[in-house]
Amino acid sequence: MGKPKVAFYWAASCGGCEIAVLDIGDRLPVLAEAADIIFWPCAMDVKYDDLRAMEDDFIDVCLFNGAIRNSENEEMAGLLRKKSKILVAYGSCAHEGCIPGLANLVSEEDILDRSYISAPSVENPGNVLPEVKTETPEGELELPELYDTVYTLDQVVDVDYYVPGCPPVADRTWEVLEAILDGTLPGKGNVVGAGSKIVCDECSLEKKETGISGFVRPHLLEPEPDRCLLEQGVYCAGIGTRSGCGALCPSVGMPCRGCYGAPPGVFDQGAKIVSALGSIIDSTDPDETDAIMSGIPCPAGLFYRFSLPHSILRRKITDGYED
Amino acid sequence: MFEPRIICFLCTWCAGAGADLAGTSRLEYTPNGVNIRFMCSGRIDPEHVLWAFGKGADGVLIGGCHPGDCHYMDGNYKTMARVALLSRLLDDFGINRARLRLEWISAAEGAKFASVMNDFTEKLRSLGPMKPATREMAR
Repeated sequence: MGKPKVAFYWAASCGGCEIAVLDIGDRLPVLAEAADIIFWPCAMDVKYDDLRAMEDDFIDVCLFNGAIRNSENEEMAGLLRKKSKILVAYGSCAHEGCIPGLANLVSEEDILDRSYISAPSVENPGNVLPEVKTETPEGELELPELYDTVYTLDQVVDVDYYVPGCPPVADRTWEVLEAILDGTLPGKGNVVGAGSKIVCDECSLEKKETGISGFVRPHLLEPEPDRCLLEQGVYCAGIGTRSGCGALCPSVGMPCRGCYGAPPGVFDQGAKIVSALGSIIDSTDPDETDAIMSGIPCPAGLFYRFSLPHSILRRKITDGYED
Repeated sequence: MFEPRIICFLCTWCAGAGADLAGTSRLEYTPNGVNIRFMCSGRIDPEHVLWAFGKGADGVLIGGCHPGDCHYMDGNYKTMARVALLSRLLDDFGINRARLRLEWISAAEGAKFASVMNDFTEKLRSLGPMKPATREMAR
């Protein structure tokens, strides 16, 4: 058998996952030696037609990053699924929807209006919006169609493995690449390149099991060093987030934002964070409890910062809803 | 008339026993609720509530012991804090927070359970059915 053929692709993402692959650093030549990278639009000159011309299952492993939010993303997801033996949802966007998924808190109309009409830096006197098809004297032009809702990769195609993280840390990425090269990946459907507990388990900050009597935003507090940030009133997502990163953010005084997604056994990360925060509030008075909770601005945006499309409700109800 | 579907998550010691008492006392109340018993209201996970709404429930009732009466000391205080936060989360999702109701009902309050069900059903009738999240969700 020859070298395994590997592909990388990006859909609705920031490009950080591509950098995360490069982040394996001096192990990159080892990868290039052990595998043939045959499709990687970010780093190589390839055309979609090259991919279409391949036989089905020609690619051994495809690391797919990015969420699905337009017809091009969906078409490429379908094409790469067909051409790949193993499809990996690499990074938080493909896994749970990540930052692009926050678009599910507004409607497609709101997004187009903000981007093309109402943002202060936009000058668009004719209120021109992108059209899927445009007639020009030279012929018809076509753009991908923007979807109303952002989807995770596994909501549009069958996915074999998930690598969480925004972006996945380099050592975990290398573990996954090694497992691919050695053929030691676990069974289909597993989350790989991550831990099996929550971030608090890896966090070295000291917890004293004290309740919270008020939330404070991180820029308004100089935190006591070496002390659990949540217990000091700073919202930290570590209590509802899968381990694997090594608690990088809390170790430098920044609260966990939740990028490794739902912990094992949990479907909805935001709901679990609500549950966890609810059990450490230091009050038995309904009004006081309510006042403490009002210190959290936009709970959906915070608790689902990286997982809204993967949540139970998936998106805000925006379609003619009159409540 | 619109008949709302209500999922009632009840603790077994107080609200669940209160619901039983309403039945054994032959009190009449709206039949719109489906009761699901938990050992403690503190075991009711926000995931359960979101699944109920996600699967089309028009309202969710959470019933627990009165403050200070929890069989497990402080489970209902945790529920209280979770519902306070969960209501805010529902706002962000465009779901009227009146669709989630928290009530303290003791084992002796069968009449209260019946009147809560009547009142909640009426309120949900005026709110109308839950709308599906989006036209594209059916994909």
